[in-house]
Amino acid sequence: MQSMLHITTLHYLVLGAALFLLGVIGVLTRRNVVIVLMSIELILNAVNLNLVAFSRMWGGLHGQIFAIFVITDAAAEAAVGLGILIAFFRNKETVNLDQVNLLKW
Amino acid sequence: MAPVATPFFFYLLSGIMLIGGILVITRKNPVHSALALIVTLLAQASIYLMLYAPFVAGVQIILYAGGIMVLFLFVIMLVSIDRSVRERQFNSQWVAGIIAATALGGLFIAVYTKGNDIFPEHALPMVENDNTQRIGAMLYGQYMFAFEIASLLLLVAIIGAVVMAKKRI
Repeated sequence: MQSMLHITTLHYLVLGAALFLLGVIGVLTRRNVVIVLMSIELILNAVNLNLVAFSRMWGGLHGQIFAIFVITDAAAEAAVGLGILIAFFRNKETVNLDQVNLLKW
Repeated sequence: MAPVATPFFFYLLSGIMLIGGILVITRKNPVHSALALIVTLLAQASIYLMLYAPFVAGVQIILYAGGIMVLFLFVIMLVSIDRSVRERQFNSQWVAGIIAATALGGLFIAVYTKGNDIFPEHALPMVENDNTQRIGAMLYGQYMFAFEIASLLLLVAIIGAVVMAKKRI
């Protein structure tokens, strides 16, 4: 009970792991490209949570700087990913990932 | 300032985050998913505040909940979702996907139960009042090269997004 009421770094890491798993399940099972991209955002947020929690644990700011860089990467990834999605929708008239099978053997 | 009722707020915000995450990956309509993701991101910004990271919390709200999610909603409006809402939502490999995610979860549990001892019992004290100032000094000092690379990355992303989305260059 004491460990439940005293919030340690491990609590934040477990929360990050749960969020990461939700994102992985979304990426692996959904067909809609938009929701797959949102699941990738969930994964990046889980990593960010871990970085900030470690930053708190060691009392420094390096983890927070890394989190800011990860947010920058997420913005770039979302812009390019949604651009690809628009190009894909223009060619195939659908947003289903199952239709992206040109290179499938 | 000493934190008030930390466990209560931690469990409340984690509950909001996990429920939002589950809604993101289960809703049929992508607009509902996007709204659930915004709730998750805002709860996570509050958790950043609990971790004494006010600048990251502000960046999270402005950039993620304000910028990236607006981009998502804009693209959802551009592509027509009427047909995909009525179709099957999960692909044919969803069983394998769940199994893989469960295996990954088992790996996390194993690592965290084995490695629990390496985490210190009490977090180190943190300077609270000049967080943003110190982050700015580090970004323009120690991390200046990475900062410039990030600006180049954003330029590439802008050009890439325009090239991808434009009909004829």
